[in-house]
Amino acid sequence: MGFDVIADFFTQAFSDRDLMLWLIPFGPLAAFSLISLITMILWLVRQVTGTPENMIPASDHHYTDHHHPDYDGMEVPYQPDWFRGTAIVIGMAGIVWALVVSWTLVFGALNEFGAGTFGLLDSADAHHEAEGDHAEEGDAHGEETDSHGEAASHGESVDCAPCIYSDEITWMSLGMEGDVYGEVPDESTDYEIGVAADPLSLTLLFMVPIAMLGIFTYSIGYMAHDARQAKFFALISLFATAMFILVLADNLMMMFVGWEIMGFCSYSLIGFWYEKKSAYNAAIKAFTVTRVADVVMLLGIVYLWSVAGTLNFRDILYNPDVLQVIGSTPAIIFGGWGLSAAGLIGVFLVIGTIGKSAQFPLHVWLPDAMEGPTPVSAMIHAAAMVSAGVYAIIRMYPLFVGLTNPHASDPTFSAPLILMAVVGSFTALFAATMGVAQRDVKAVLAYSTISQLGFMVAALGVGAYIAATFHLITHAFFKALLFMASGSVIHAMEHGEHHVHEHHAAHGHAHDEHHDEHGHDDHHDAHFDPQDMFNMGGLWKRIPVTFWTFLIGGLSLAGFPLLTAGFWSKDEILAESYYGFTAHGSGLHALVFFMLAIAAFLTAFYTMRQIALTFLGKPRTEEAEHAGLGGQYSIVSIAMQAPLILLAVFAFGAGFVGVPTDFPIFGAIFSPEHNYFHHLVVYALPYMENGGYEVFHVAAPEFNWIPVLTSVVVALGGLWLGWVMYGQKPLEAGEEDPLIKILGEPIYTALQNRYYMDDLYDLIWVRPSQWFAKGVITLLDKGIIDTILHTLGTIFTVIGDFIKMMNAWLIDGVGDGIPKGIYDFGGWIRGTQNGRIQFYLLIVLAAVLVIGVLFAISAGVVFAG
Amino acid sequence: MIPLWLYLLVSAALFSIGTFGVLARRNGVAVLMSVELMLNAVNINLIAFWRYYTPTEINGFAFAAFVVVIAAAEAAVGLAIIISVYRSRHSVIPEEADMLKG
Repeated sequence: MGFDVIADFFTQAFSDRDLMLWLIPFGPLAAFSLISLITMILWLVRQVTGTPENMIPASDHHYTDHHHPDYDGMEVPYQPDWFRGTAIVIGMAGIVWALVVSWTLVFGALNEFGAGTFGLLDSADAHHEAEGDHAEEGDAHGEETDSHGEAASHGESVDCAPCIYSDEITWMSLGMEGDVYGEVPDESTDYEIGVAADPLSLTLLFMVPIAMLGIFTYSIGYMAHDARQAKFFALISLFATAMFILVLADNLMMMFVGWEIMGFCSYSLIGFWYEKKSAYNAAIKAFTVTRVADVVMLLGIVYLWSVAGTLNFRDILYNPDVLQVIGSTPAIIFGGWGLSAAGLIGVFLVIGTIGKSAQFPLHVWLPDAMEGPTPVSAMIHAAAMVSAGVYAIIRMYPLFVGLTNPHASDPTFSAPLILMAVVGSFTALFAATMGVAQRDVKAVLAYSTISQLGFMVAALGVGAYIAATFHLITHAFFKALLFMASGSVIHAMEHGEHHVHEHHAAHGHAHDEHHDEHGHDDHHDAHFDPQDMFNMGGLWKRIPVTFWTFLIGGLSLAGFPLLTAGFWSKDEILAESYYGFTAHGSGLHALVFFMLAIAAFLTAFYTMRQIALTFLGKPRTEEAEHAGLGGQYSIVSIAMQAPLILLAVFAFGAGFVGVPTDFPIFGAIFSPEHNYFHHLVVYALPYMENGGYEVFHVAAPEFNWIPVLTSVVVALGGLWLGWVMYGQKPLEAGEEDPLIKILGEPIYTALQNRYYMDDLYDLIWVRPSQWFAKGVITLLDKGIIDTILHTLGTIFTVIGDFIKMMNAWLIDGVGDGIPKGIYDFGGWIRGTQNGRIQFYLLIVLAAVLVIGVLFAISAGVVFAG
Repeated sequence: MIPLWLYLLVSAALFSIGTFGVLARRNGVAVLMSVELMLNAVNINLIAFWRYYTPTEINGFAFAAFVVVIAAAEAAVGLAIIISVYRSRHSVIPEEADMLKG
């Protein structure tokens, strides 16, 4: 593998769209590596030159103007300004790279295949034609895996209907043939990883990079005063890489890799300000809770591997034989109760999504995840993390459906579908009720995220996967917008706090000289929460751009009729569930419809409440009066508000790609031929028939006034109620939330405290595990392990003593004895050297005599003579 | 004719007397004289064996002549050493000149 190979790859990749897929995650990954590399080099240079690390106090207002009350005494390494600047440039370059490559592919695909059928197989006839070719698929794959040439792309575009672009490489050889049941043909013995883009991936490849570009740009301003900005850019670049890997993966294993990298990134970014105890705890909570779900998901992956012998999406989902086998095999557990292998795998994967997309009962980590910097919240809540969970389900959708068909005239639902519908609709309503009583501007959005994800999961549960995808995209746009707008609200409030603080400090200082005892009574030294909406009010004058964009995002979230993206996607979910309920009398559809309608009403209500409390009326505190982003044309102000405008465009307009054709007036304007979004995404899934009806390629339900009116009424009704309670007569400073009177104190407190779910988990899981840990320490560690260790220690001490003794006796004896013997011998022989010539001669004589006698004996003189 | 063994007997006696003198006399000059006795004993041996076994050849005779010359040289060197020892220590007794002891 030389450089020329890599160079060849790049030259080829820019001309071949199949290979270009590999390039998308490359940009952010290179950015992450480069920033890390520079950090390491800086560290090395410091080590070599012996320069001590320049530590600065994390709470120093010169470097950070974030609200960090717990920072006292903590120090963080200072990064030189040029490095922070470089990191920003590198990070931006990475994400722009990803955006350019992704959009080249997305629009290239739309252009190449048209917004029609994508050159893909549609009708049943075409499907049967393709089936004939199917048998050769395996062989073709085996031969083509190593070649990146045109042959591979042509071969695959015929074989795997829904893939527009794809490429794969052999990752490792497993030397395994067939599967355990021996029924699914699988000639390949290699484990292959690859990338694939089908219409579903394309929609995400459109949304993810642009949302991330907004988030990256926003971070330039939001993190401008943070000492660790370079680290931040490295981590969000890695986050983006993981999301692209997840979106592009053509097999479940690679997807899981991206999934887990994202888990790590969310952990380290939520705990980015680890000096704060709460951030540190939130990071651990997020990581632990999602890990619980991921373990279950991994179980599902392993089970799928053991049943199907492959994890490749194409091999499993677009192969009716495989689906037939795993759909009819009884599961390893609960198999007797009619649960199929596909059902069990689906349930496991849904649990993974419940963790990742924060569905009940694993939603607890998401509200706490706000402890991270706001761009991270936007990343997690909108562009990447939570979307990943929903995306994973849509990706594997045929597996979830199994052999059931929610669109049949007598709808059937597999276990994972029922689970999704129940959990999703419950979560949507449950989270929405918690959202209405929050005081924290970001908390409201966090609960709305959980609630909106509930919408998607519920939609998936009743088979409305296109509506779910649509809502996923529009939600990402307006939720990223809302989070970043709320971040700039918080930033502005902190600015105001800073201003007030300085003002009072100067003022107080003057007083100090006269009235020393009053100098420290300044009430602004007390804890001030810049995220509390009841401290705000009237901000629309201070930050108009943020206000207008927030308004657009908020109305989109509320589903303001006809104009906003949120309306169209939410309406589609309601329309589909209403259709299933009325046309087929399906109870599950009815459940989803009613729960979501109530949730949508609450959503509109708390959105209006938030807008009114934050922006309307008069400032309720001095801080709000002085809030601002440091001048209209400052870099912070531009970097933080430009992405808002960009995303506001999408939050407003993204809905028009998915207007139902038969919708009055709007359908004629925006969908003259067909519903473009529907028409695009429908080809992501294969043609399949269950129970006599097509499962995936179903036409959108006929236009019906009832669901449309429902969504209009709940949206407008919620907004109206919010306006009446909070907008018409804005709250005065210190006035209590009017909701308290209506709901009553206990319910309001319960809602604010998240139904005490966290306390319950604390009681059920955290405390017992702490007790258990303590028990383990006392019993196992101190009791058993220490005893063993002490015994071992004693034994070794005894052995050591013995060896020491041997050493003194034997080694020292020999070692000292030899020189001493030589010394003594020398002393003795020294006596012969007495200097007397006659003594010497006597010895000579004696020697001569001895030699003579010996000579005589040897010559035989004595005996012979 | 006088038999060979008588010469050898005289020679052996003379050698033994010389050896005794070398080892036992305290006077350095006497030691030197005893050395002369030993050398002469050797000479007698050489001449006797030459006369009885190879009278027609010159080698035994020549060796004796060498020994005489060496004896003269040795006497000269030995007496010079004794004189210089005497000058430094006022003694000609070899036992007392034990500066070479280890």
